[in-house]
Amino acid sequence: MTYKVTEEHGYAIVHLTGDIDLSCSPEVRRTLLERLAAQQPTLVDMAGVSYIDSSGIASLVEAYQTARKKHLEFALVAVSEPALSVLELARLDKVFPIHASVSALSR
Amino acid sequence: MTPEHTLLSQRFEAVPGSLALIRTAVQAAAETRGCGPKCVADIVMAVNEACMNIIQHAYKGDASGVIELEMHSTATELEVVLKDFAPPVDVDGIGPRRLEDVRPGGLGTFFIRQSMDDCTYGNLHDRCGNYLRMKKKIG
Repeated sequence: MTYKVTEEHGYAIVHLTGDIDLSCSPEVRRTLLERLAAQQPTLVDMAGVSYIDSSGIASLVEAYQTARKKHLEFALVAVSEPALSVLELARLDKVFPIHASVSALSR
Repeated sequence: MTPEHTLLSQRFEAVPGSLALIRTAVQAAAETRGCGPKCVADIVMAVNEACMNIIQHAYKGDASGVIELEMHSTATELEVVLKDFAPPVDVDGIGPRRLEDVRPGGLGTFFIRQSMDDCTYGNLHDRCGNYLRMKKKIG
């Protein structure tokens, strides 16, 4: 897994690429919670996610719940097909705000 | 009875860094057996989640632990057997959270049960440890 953080349209955007499993999900969790601790509305770009397991999903759920408590915007964007199928299986596609792209969100 | 064919028999260190290796090995074995993409993805997901549970809950992060992975097939079915050698766990206590109760964690066993046709947890009788036997119709 690799990731980078950019800023666009007032959002911190965490771009995730590769397999998100227990070997890297703690780093994903820490990165997302750091952005939220800095009071930044946060987007997770999942276009490059080839695989995500329940530990990765748990990191996203924790970040989403933290954002809600802080009244900060948090959303998933450009979710890849493998990641979307896992979210759908857990019925979390109805819980997370999901957008096709960052530009679609900022319109 | 249809004879079994062994597709994979391998031991892995019970550490998060092994998960990618395990997924690759399971995917290759399932594809070799002729499973379709959805079937392969389901088996890979179930084995990954089960191994993660072993690392986190059976060995509790003890990196000296070992996971034993076997895959067998018959004409119609693929069987995965995972063994660990951690202290016996309470197999009756293994279960998923309710999906409506949205919180971090608790989805691993749900994913396993959704992905496979049959799952049986148990404690090893001949030595300290646990097993998970999972079956899936080949498709």
